[in-house]
Amino acid sequence: MSLFADPRWGEALSHLPDYLGNHVRVSLAALALGLAISLPLAILTRNRPAPRAVLLALASIVQTVPGLALLALFYPLLLLAASVTLAWFGISFSAFGFLPAMLALALYSMLPVLRNGITGLNGIDPALIEAAKGVGMTARQSLIMVELPLALPVMMAGIRTAAVWVIGTATLSTPIGQTSLGNYIFAGLQTQNWVFVLFGCFASALLALAVDQLLGLIESGLRQRSRLPAALGGIGIAALVLATLVPTMGRSSQSYVVGAKTFAEQYVLSALLRDRLQAAGLSATARSGLGSSVIFEALKAGDIDLYVDYSGTLWANQLHRTDIKPRAELLAELKTALAKDHITLLGELGFENAYALVMPKKRAEALGIRSIADLAAHAPTLSIAGDYEFFSRPEWAALQKSYGLSFRAQRQMQPDFMYAAVASGEVDVIAGYTSDGLIAKYDLLVLDDPRHAIPPYDAILLLAPKRAGDERLKTALLPLLGKVDIATMREANLRAAGNDANSSPDAVAKWLWEKVGKR
Amino acid sequence: MPSRPMIGYSHVSKNFGALKAVDDVSLDIAEGEFLAIVGGSGSGKTTLLRLANRLIEADGGTITVEGEDVQTVDPVALRRRIGYVFQSGGLFPHLSVADNIGITPRLLGAPAADITARVDELLELVQLDRRAHRDRLPEALSGGQRQRVGVARALAARPRIVLMDEPFGALDPLTRDALGEDFRELHRKLGLTTVMITHDMTEAILLADRIAVMRGGQLLAQGTPAELSTSGDAYVLELLRTPRRQVERLNALLPQSGAA
Ligand SMILES: Nc1ncnc2c1ncn2[C@@H]1O[C@H](COP(=O)(O)OP(=O)(O)OP(=O)(O)O)[C@@H](O)[C@H]1O
Ligand SMILES: [Mg+2]
Repeated sequence: MSLFADPRWGEALSHLPDYLGNHVRVSLAALALGLAISLPLAILTRNRPAPRAVLLALASIVQTVPGLALLALFYPLLLLAASVTLAWFGISFSAFGFLPAMLALALYSMLPVLRNGITGLNGIDPALIEAAKGVGMTARQSLIMVELPLALPVMMAGIRTAAVWVIGTATLSTPIGQTSLGNYIFAGLQTQNWVFVLFGCFASALLALAVDQLLGLIESGLRQRSRLPAALGGIGIAALVLATLVPTMGRSSQSYVVGAKTFAEQYVLSALLRDRLQAAGLSATARSGLGSSVIFEALKAGDIDLYVDYSGTLWANQLHRTDIKPRAELLAELKTALAKDHITLLGELGFENAYALVMPKKRAEALGIRSIADLAAHAPTLSIAGDYEFFSRPEWAALQKSYGLSFRAQRQMQPDFMYAAVASGEVDVIAGYTSDGLIAKYDLLVLDDPRHAIPPYDAILLLAPKRAGDERLKTALLPLLGKVDIATMREANLRAAGNDANSSPDAVAKWLWEKVGKR
Repeated sequence: MPSRPMIGYSHVSKNFGALKAVDDVSLDIAEGEFLAIVGGSGSGKTTLLRLANRLIEADGGTITVEGEDVQTVDPVALRRRIGYVFQSGGLFPHLSVADNIGITPRLLGAPAADITARVDELLELVQLDRRAHRDRLPEALSGGQRQRVGVARALAARPRIVLMDEPFGALDPLTRDALGEDFRELHRKLGLTTVMITHDMTEAILLADRIAVMRGGQLLAQGTPAELSTSGDAYVLELLRTPRRQVERLNALLPQSGAA
């Protein structure tokens, strides 16, 4: 079978207008803003060494911040700014998606533009600046007619570098809610869809090359003082922007936005929710790959309309609770607390994605182990493995305390490898995730937790404040509540972890609905 | 001096930090005069010239141009009415020969057609081929051609005063000689007032009406070559003797003219 016969290429292509359009818009807006700030700064500081040094130092520091971190930083920063403007002027703005991405990328574009701008302007032979003055130019005329044209090649090199950086880094704006070509990459990495990863990489590389070439065309046109190439380059970039505007023009802004975090189960669930809304005649889109700290705030601010979170996560991260309550009590309390923020906890889907101690079914039977309490007696002769954070989490402390667990050895492992390791007997027990598809694949047993040491992580459906009274939305979602049992979700996750056409989130979501829809 | 000078320096000083680049210089240049400024490297020749069109500002004394104190004139307007030929040529590398020459008229807002006509006229005046050179960039010209373009640019806005900083330096002797003669002719034809800096005493004597000698920022002497030869200053006399000494040595070394 040929590589390109894979239907996922077609699926990837169908997202292209949306992803590419958003990518181009945010990149070019960021570049334009970056240029609008950096070029005047470079010009203003060209004869002032002290502010110039400060400026370059600041821009260099910004550049050392990893792109992902810079983008992530802008989200809370803007949230804060939005709350300040709301308090002072009564106006607020969305700290989600376009704005933080554009600002962070603009900042990121500044160093090459500033550095090359300053270098270019300072590299001009002083005799020529004197000649400009001598033939009767004002300072302004000297700048426009002599200094800028002479600095142009160096300046344009900086602008082109900035364009390539910004277009590349824009792929990282997916987690803060800006749709971009990074959506392919994030989704592809999480769902092991290499077609998507490749597609995203190629598309952003091609875009960067194209913009670089267009800028090169403008540059050579300006340098040779011939209008045609410059005009062609300008038209090319304008066409790029226009082309990206067309597909989004028709899209209704009334559309429901379904959020998803950055792992496979979330991609599948958001596709499922989107399909349900569409089936009910509501227009809906999925906004996937959101950072887990961003997604809740985005819901609160109404930037997304609904998503699936886990009770234990909100309990710890939003309510900052460390105590553990039985699931019904915890859910009730969570619901009340969320209602204070006008967020609706519509209900549970029916499964949990919690930490759990897991071992091979056969081995457990042989040892007569069904619960963690049973395990405690055997623990001193057994070894345990967990992910990189598990052994420092409160769940582990609670488990040790409640059951007096003490293992012979404990190891940290990459989550993907844990299941295979426990299945092959390399370790005896692992701290896995209850909804993981590999539990079914390797025929593993999730041990009971009779003393409720691990808090419940029920998958719950949350609605944004502005959707609190939206009965059509609620009606469309009700058929899902309580229907997605753990075994079905595990199988869905297992499918999503595959690397074929049936493993795309959309395909798995359809399969999932076929399973649970009739219930 | 009966009539008012075209350029007048009166007790002019310019310091760069502790260095007295121009030190209490008084010098008048009459209308229609061709003055050469000679002196060693770093003696303040360029500085003196740049003061006249306010490329730099004097620290003391007064400078007048056509009777007006330059401090009372807008410096940009002043520079547009004085032609300036730069020591290193100073042609804009990104502009064609025609655009370089036409720059000052353009700054003055002359109509494009007038500028084109003027550029062609000037190319002819400095004996450059209109069709061959008009649209070239300066990098595609020889050194001598560049110097001619520099002179043409200085003349473009029909200035009455032309300041030239070693305009014919860095040229082979034949070209240099020819260019100098050509310019002397232009000076006469156009009724210019010209101040030319040169290192070369022979050039100064051959081209200029009067010579001013600079040393260490001070004006040592000024006058016609004949007047200078009666100067009591040893340095001035030494400078004046150089061309003749060179001729004597050449005569001794070369066979007499006519012999091949
Ligand atoms: N902008 C400046 N800053 C500091 N010193 C300067 C500046 N311009 C000129 N000088 C100094 O003033 C002195 C006179 O310089 P000037 O350029 O007038 O000399 P010059 O007679 O034209 O020499 P040359 O024949 O080498 O061109 C020199 O010592 C020079 O180093
Ligand atoms: Mg000089």
